[in-house]
Amino acid sequence: MAELNVGDQIPELRVTPDKYLPHRYAGASGDFNPIHIDDEFAKMVGLPRNILHGLYSMGLVAKANTALAGGDPRALKRLSVQMRGMGVPEQEIVVTGTVKAVDGDRVTVDTVATQGETALIKNAEAEVQL
Amino acid sequence: MTLKTDAVGKEWPATTYQVGREKIKEYANALGIDNPVHFDVEAARAAGYRDVVAPPMFAVVYSSPGVGPAILDPEVALNFAAMVHGGQEFEWGEPACSGDEITTSAKCLSIEEKGGKGFYVFETNSVNQDGAQVARGTWTLIVRGV
Repeated sequence: MAELNVGDQIPELRVTPDKYLPHRYAGASGDFNPIHIDDEFAKMVGLPRNILHGLYSMGLVAKANTALAGGDPRALKRLSVQMRGMGVPEQEIVVTGTVKAVDGDRVTVDTVATQGETALIKNAEAEVQL
Repeated sequence: MTLKTDAVGKEWPATTYQVGREKIKEYANALGIDNPVHFDVEAARAAGYRDVVAPPMFAVVYSSPGVGPAILDPEVALNFAAMVHGGQEFEWGEPACSGDEITTSAKCLSIEEKGGKGFYVFETNSVNQDGAQVARGTWTLIVRGV
């Protein structure tokens, strides 16, 4: 495990959710809110199209931080996020992070998930045990 | 309109979720997580887990049924149509593994108006069959135009 210092960038995670990802995430999570899986319904309530689940985007932030510990699920101790812009399928999401504190083998990472110009997840703070 | 805050402090009956291997696999696949500890029992045991282990954010799968009744409670009177999920926090304890029975209780921490929006904050506490805490969640739901 490479040593991390305050100010270091974590490896970037890039994911392009395909057209049917919201349906698979709905099945996996149990959240079948039609704004995520029904394009017509989403447009009817004023959205540009069916949108990604905010907790899916948070899941990507968790994945990027867990990767710091080789993907060990025990490593992620805490994750706090604010969900802001709406994510859509078929457009790349980029998760980036900066180490903001190091305490022994525990690091705190400030993480952001963006899609084009839209910030999906802001002010995400992850505590990872390395 | 004044925000109804009677439900602050209210607690809801706990729900129990049984974690299964196929459900963990389905969740990991949706997130594109490929660590074998989420798919293969031998790999999970070699890494020190009782059974196939869930990714951390699988917490939403076992704790959502606990927070659902709180969000829909008429006493909370949350306008579902104007709601967005504005923030979420999880703190994790014991890992969640296949076979675990995880019991989640929910509580309303606060209901506040800020800048014409209603901020509803709920807390979930999830413990496994041994009484060990698996996750504590803080759910912030924002309602526009209150």
